[in-house]
Amino acid sequence: MTTTPAPADLTALTVGQELARTRHELTRDTLVRYAGASGDFNPIHYNDTVATEAGLPGVIAHGMLTMGTAITGLLDAIADPAAVRAYTTRFTHPIPVPATGSVTLEVVAVVGALDAEAGTARVDLTAEVDGTKVLGRARATLSLPDAA
Amino acid sequence: MTTTPDPAFAGRTYPAGTAHTVSAAKIAEFARATGATSPLHTDPDAARRAGHAGVLAPPTFLVSLAQATEAQYIEDPASGIDFTRVVHGEETFTLHRPVVAGDQLVPTLTVEAIRAAGGHTMVTTRVDLADAAGAEVAAVRSMIVVRGD
Repeated sequence: MTTTPAPADLTALTVGQELARTRHELTRDTLVRYAGASGDFNPIHYNDTVATEAGLPGVIAHGMLTMGTAITGLLDAIADPAAVRAYTTRFTHPIPVPATGSVTLEVVAVVGALDAEAGTARVDLTAEVDGTKVLGRARATLSLPDAA
Repeated sequence: MTTTPDPAFAGRTYPAGTAHTVSAAKIAEFARATGATSPLHTDPDAARRAGHAGVLAPPTFLVSLAQATEAQYIEDPASGIDFTRVVHGEETFTLHRPVVAGDQLVPTLTVEAIRAAGGHTMVTTRVDLADAAGAEVAAVRSMIVVRGD
C-alpha cells in the first residue's frame, strides 16, 4: 500500500491530485468477516450453489463490502475519517471471489472538485478488479479546514 | 410466477423505529471487516483526543441499521419485491456529523420512488437517522434493481 502524505487543509489540494492508490485482497474469509460485521447474510456471498442458481458466476463480494473497502485508502491519506460528509456509488460489476486464493481490488482516489466557499473537496474513486470497473461514479465529499 | 414491486408504496413514510444505540464493538468489527485502520475506530482515548464522544464509525457503517430498517418494506409480502431477483444498484451516505459509539439513532424509512426501466424496476429507499433530540444525523439512500422476467 502506498499513500501520499496527509493533506492538512483545502489549500493543500488541487483538482486532479492523486491522494491514494491502494490494493486490497478480497478472500472468502473477508466475505465471512464482513457478513458478521454488517449482518448481511445473503447466501450468494458464501454459498456457491445458491450463487450459481441465482445466475451469478459464483460467490460474489457484497457490494457494500467493496464500497466500504474502497474508501479506506482515502481515509488513511486524509488521516481524519470524520472529514467524510457524503459517500456515494453505483454498483456496476460484481466481484467473483474464489473458494481459495484472492482477488485484488485496486483503488485510486483523485481530487475531482474543490469548493472553497463550502469548505469541501470532492474525491473521485476508481475501483477495479483485473481492469474491470466495479464501482461507478464513486465519490466522497470531505469537509476540510481552509488554512487561507 | 413472479411478482413486481407495487408502485402504490412510492412516497410512503413508515413510523419512526425504536432508538438504536451505536456500539463500540460493532464499530470495531466493521472497521476490521472493511480494512479501516484509523485508531479513531477502535481506541476510545484517541477518539476523545480528536474531539469525539466515542470511537468513530467508518463512513458506511450505518448500512447495517439502514438495511434492517428497509426490511419492514422489502420483506413485506405486499410490497411485491422478490428478494431473489434483487441486485444493489446505488448507495449514498450523507453524514451531517460523524457517528460515534454511544449515539442513539432513531431510523425513519421512506420509499422514495418505484419506477419501471427496461423490464426491471428501480426502487429507491431512504432511511433518515435522527438523534434522541430529533436532530438529523445522517441519511442512507439505497437504490435496488428488481429484475423482471
